[in-house]
Amino acid sequence: MSVLLDRLTSVYPPLAFLLSALLMLSLGGCTDAKIDSSISGKAPAGVIYCSESNPSYFNPQLDTSSTTADVSAHQIYSRLLEFDPNTGRIQPGLASSWLVSDDGLTYTFQLRRNVKFHNTSYFTPTRNFNADDVIFSFQRWLDDDHPYHDVNNATYPYFSSLNLSKTIASIDRINGYRIEIKLFERDSSFLANLATDFAVILSQQYGEYLLVNQQPENIDFYPIGTGPFRFDEYRKNQFIRLLPHLEYWKDVDLADQLIYDITPSSSIRFAKLRTGECDSIAYPSQAEITIMQADPNIVVQEAPGLNVGFWAFNTAKAPFDRADVRRGLALAIDKNSILDAVYFNSASRARSLIPPSSWAYNTDIKEINYNPMRARELLDKAGIPKGFRMTIWAMPVVRAYNPDAERMAQLIKSYLAAVDIDATIVTYDWNTFRDKLSQGEHDSVLIGWSADNGDPDNFYRPLLSCDAIPSGTNRAMWCNPEFDALVNSAIKISDEDKRAILYAKANNMIAQEMPLLPIAHANRYQVKNAALQGLTINPYGSIRFEGVIKTLPEVQRP
Amino acid sequence: MITTLIRYFNLTFLTLLILVMLSFGLAHFFPGDPLTNLLGTDILPSQPLLMMTSQQTNIFMQFWYYVQALLAGEWGVSFATGKPLYQDIMRLLPATLELSVYAVTVALLFGIPLGFLAGMNYHKKIDNIFMSSSMIMYSFPVFWLALLLILLISLQAQWLPMSGRLSLLFNVPHYSGFILVDILVSDIENKRFAFNNALQHLILPTLSVAFIAFAVFLRTTRRAVADVYQAQYIKSAQTRGLPATTIFFRHVLRNALLPVLPILAVQISTLVTNVMIVETIFSWPGIGDWLIQAIYERDYPAIRTGMLLVSVVVVIITMSLECISQLIDPTRDRFAYARR
Repeated sequence: MSVLLDRLTSVYPPLAFLLSALLMLSLGGCTDAKIDSSISGKAPAGVIYCSESNPSYFNPQLDTSSTTADVSAHQIYSRLLEFDPNTGRIQPGLASSWLVSDDGLTYTFQLRRNVKFHNTSYFTPTRNFNADDVIFSFQRWLDDDHPYHDVNNATYPYFSSLNLSKTIASIDRINGYRIEIKLFERDSSFLANLATDFAVILSQQYGEYLLVNQQPENIDFYPIGTGPFRFDEYRKNQFIRLLPHLEYWKDVDLADQLIYDITPSSSIRFAKLRTGECDSIAYPSQAEITIMQADPNIVVQEAPGLNVGFWAFNTAKAPFDRADVRRGLALAIDKNSILDAVYFNSASRARSLIPPSSWAYNTDIKEINYNPMRARELLDKAGIPKGFRMTIWAMPVVRAYNPDAERMAQLIKSYLAAVDIDATIVTYDWNTFRDKLSQGEHDSVLIGWSADNGDPDNFYRPLLSCDAIPSGTNRAMWCNPEFDALVNSAIKISDEDKRAILYAKANNMIAQEMPLLPIAHANRYQVKNAALQGLTINPYGSIRFEGVIKTLPEVQRP
Repeated sequence: MITTLIRYFNLTFLTLLILVMLSFGLAHFFPGDPLTNLLGTDILPSQPLLMMTSQQTNIFMQFWYYVQALLAGEWGVSFATGKPLYQDIMRLLPATLELSVYAVTVALLFGIPLGFLAGMNYHKKIDNIFMSSSMIMYSFPVFWLALLLILLISLQAQWLPMSGRLSLLFNVPHYSGFILVDILVSDIENKRFAFNNALQHLILPTLSVAFIAFAVFLRTTRRAVADVYQAQYIKSAQTRGLPATTIFFRHVLRNALLPVLPILAVQISTLVTNVMIVETIFSWPGIGDWLIQAIYERDYPAIRTGMLLVSVVVVIITMSLECISQLIDPTRDRFAYARR
């Protein structure tokens, strides 16, 4: 190439000029920038997160989609309580302390003082956070007659799915910094619900200001909260800019600005991460994880998710109504090879319903280990003949807790064949599949569960209680009064250590009775630029950017 | 000259009228209520729009009010954002124009001199090299070229950024919509850095769009120059012993440049199409990217207004270029001899 160029340019001097001009033009920009960044280094600092889509609102009360929660829940707002990202225990948020009455029906919250709301171009707060803001935020979804209840056609999906408005009897202001919430019946997951992404605290003063200005709908689009970042600008399909809330009540490092670069395509997000245009990206594709791991500038974080994939037996059907049969079948399965082949080691082996990150997790669970000899013995004892026929239902959709149910079903089928059980794999389209499951037509099914909050109750009651059979989440159709009593008494206790003891009992009961075989807790992935400090995986809800900073004040590598 | 101007003005006016009629018709062809498709909302801020929706109006009066509303900047409201389209478009259009202008400039700046070089060496080695390489460039699909540039320059070499107009970390206030101008008039502290950053973002999209236009300009210029050199008056100038530079500057340059202008006019529509594709690939926040989003979201008012606006811009630029080229080159006037 260069020889050719030399010959050409020696014959035609003007060409040399033109070519060099062309080169200058194409390279000029980047050489300049290099010099500039090394001299001044004054590029604005900030963190860019490439998100996958446009948020519907800037208020997670109105929407359970993670896109909405990722932008607003932990950035713009704070909650009364927070989950500790490591243990899942409930920690003080805007409520500095709380008391639960002995009957478990009355919760008294002491609120933090000197918490400032955001001061933005569209609203200047004149008072600090107090009890009125809590009451305003709760009454918005509790009270059908609240002036903001119907603003933006809100349906409050999270609260209505848990029927929380029917759980709360009253919410009262005791004084400016103390409120009291009364429940109709005991519910120890109540505090956990207050710590979810969705239980955010809005500004009552801003609400009134907007009512006076007749723009109530702005409350969900021009948000005011007490979180670490305040809203600055949003352009649909382009970006969201948040600026640090300098009077944030927690003493943490905040990025100079936090930008959500809206990039719907997962491969383009990945490309931007590589070029340094994004510091972290949403939903990295499973296939790209290995390439990212090989890149020295990219850090792949991995943590067990709050989910479980399992193999449930239809305990309403003979012979699966007998625990020894279920145990025999479970013994025939090698979970480790399933983890390899289906999850590509992006999951941790499930020993019980709850993942190891939960505070209720106990390490001394009696777990069943792969043992086909013992399995056949048990099955013989239970009178299951060789060549016994059964069905394995494999769910037709991809979920985090089970990326490929069909493949998992084939593996299980081959394991069962080794103990002379003849399994058939059954699948339908997703809606039909769930209908037929609810009618109990299956022998066994491969399915799973993703939890909404960090409370362990979110696993036990929906998956295995008697009440969950008609509501269609108890796929094992397992109704054990003893187990129900156990989890129901656990929810009435507020002391986590005492509850954990009850859940340990429940775990052993599940291991003994084996209504379902927990297989895996699929991992959650988060990828980020190596220069980004402080970003951790939040298993309890959406991403958090407080305390996240970038070490190099450089815009990008060029 | 006056007649030419009047003729082009009439032509432009009629074309625009037909375009407006088409866009009005489009609202009737889209699924749903035509008035909702036109306005995008039930809240009517202005008099013409109110008249348009009244029950008494027939379709012709409705069209008349529609034209009035268009002229008043009442372009309706986007289904997707609920915001007036006029604001959206006025923010996005400069980004598209900016990219197009830079691309055309780059293409002209390199296409024409190299075209001269090739034309002056007609059927010699250098001409052949230029012709074959420009043929290859001309056959490049623009989307593939853009992706290739991203792959090689952004992802492999990591020299240049792959999306946007400016790193989002810079908060440049909106002034003209032209990013370089905005940076210069803004009072952000790291202006020079921002300017460099914007330039870096510009390079790849500009090159992708300019690539094909460059090949076209090179080939056109080369043909024109070659033709001029074959002409009798050049031959006679040469026999009279005029120096080559005099021949070039006095006779060749102007005559050879004349055919380039109409080609530029023809190229405008291709260019706009390419700009739209490139915008989508580089996430350039211009009208093309926005229009494609609107099509995905079935945002009928946005589709209608966006298409109308893009075609109006194309028609006006094409027509003015045609008009100018006719004014400076009277031989192109087909009726000039018949009339006298």
